[in-house]
Amino acid sequence: MSRPLELLPLTDLASALRVRRITSEALTQACLARIDADSTRLNTFILVLRDEALERAREADRDLAAGRDRGALHGIPISLKDLLDLRGTPTTAASRVREGHVAQTDAPVVVRLREAGAVFVGKTNLHEFAFGTTSEDSAFGPVRNPLAPDRSAGGSSGGSAAGIAAGMAVASIGTDTGGSIRIPAAVCGTVGLKPAFDDLPIDGIVPLNRSCDHVGPLARTVEDAWLVYRAMRGDVVAAGERLVPIPPIRGLRVGVLRPYFTDLLDDEVRARFDEGLAALGAAGAVVRDRAIPHAADIAPIYLHTGLPEAAAYHGDTLDRMPERYSPNVRIRLELGRYMLAEDYVRAQDGRRVLRQEVDAALAECEVLALPTVAIPAPLIGASAVRVGSRQESIRNIMLRLTQLFNLTGHPAISLPCGATRAGLPCGLQLVSAARDTERLLRVAAAVERVLR
Amino acid sequence: MTIEAWLAAAVADAERRGLPELKPLLESVAASTRALRSADWCDRADGSRDEARSEE
Repeated sequence: MSRPLELLPLTDLASALRVRRITSEALTQACLARIDADSTRLNTFILVLRDEALERAREADRDLAAGRDRGALHGIPISLKDLLDLRGTPTTAASRVREGHVAQTDAPVVVRLREAGAVFVGKTNLHEFAFGTTSEDSAFGPVRNPLAPDRSAGGSSGGSAAGIAAGMAVASIGTDTGGSIRIPAAVCGTVGLKPAFDDLPIDGIVPLNRSCDHVGPLARTVEDAWLVYRAMRGDVVAAGERLVPIPPIRGLRVGVLRPYFTDLLDDEVRARFDEGLAALGAAGAVVRDRAIPHAADIAPIYLHTGLPEAAAYHGDTLDRMPERYSPNVRIRLELGRYMLAEDYVRAQDGRRVLRQEVDAALAECEVLALPTVAIPAPLIGASAVRVGSRQESIRNIMLRLTQLFNLTGHPAISLPCGATRAGLPCGLQLVSAARDTERLLRVAAAVERVLR
Repeated sequence: MTIEAWLAAAVADAERRGLPELKPLLESVAASTRALRSADWCDRADGSRDEARSEE
């Protein structure tokens, strides 16, 4: 093992734990040391569960030594976005609105991870109430990108992705309503999975837009994400179990979404995407263009769905304690209170159209491919960025390529796809047929082998 | 409610509530609502969109 312990993939660590090459306690200590060294500077964690984590790690070591093996996640340090309930701890949602809250029970996915033996090292920082793509508007300060601390870690699950990139956890649980797992995964150089809608329960998680909310893992590799996803589903996955069979790249039909999805890209993001497609083609994949005829309607449909749903949840606290929201988040939530029911209903009609069009695009290919984020990690404090000849709002450009699949519910994953000359990671997004997250992961594992 | 009427009412209400910073955002939403309502899949009670679709 040439890399530090805390930067190894989960699969390697699970094997090493079982041959006693490492202990969960040593691994957890290594993650906690990384948190001690960098979390204050990067604003990665809101709560660090040092004593509880070490206690659970020692318990895992005792269990494994006694042959009581709960599966691949047993003894693995994992972080939770501070939007998920973990009994006995506050769920802050990175907001002062939640001051005084203490979760009485675990969210169902947390129950499953606990049963799988995961070691919770802490709760990660995020964009307040998950309502943003940069993790800057947080009562706990902006999450900084470990690869370029003057830049955003993406959002809203910014602390989750940054924590993995910085070796503070082996994997993390995030949420994704418009891209909030995939966006930070892309700009921090990790893998992020948004499973199919309704695949995993979102109870015990602070909502943003209930009809678009998803929960899922961030991890170092596709196989690591699969292991965490399986545990979140409640499956018992043995440490040696692998993601097989992985389909061959030769003959794999990849649909590249154009034009809208490639119209507005940073030059280097475009170059890495084109290189990724070329590598897949060279490996034998059959790469063909596919279109979403009503792609131009995605943003209006998302806006007229998301804002009213968020306003419905926040209406009471917007009236009673508006000063506790950060100004940007408050004002966007207020916007949702003005939207008309008739336009919300129109947007739901539009979602049905988009769902049919994504299904049609997938009818003759195994997977759709597009960049995850159109730009590399933006500078903290920037509200707009130049892309080609256009000046684009950071929020709109970061959501542009991911929000469609929250509206349609198709499973989507982001995996690393090279970096800019400045070392800022780029992401490749893959999307597969509705309700088939497992299939998406297998194809993504095949693609990952080509891209790494 | 027309988009123009909605926007005027929303801006007036936001100003009454001491939230003038909402105005540019409401204008942006109005543009988005125009796009939503003009989408060719957006049905109308007079059936005019059905005719338009059948002609495509």
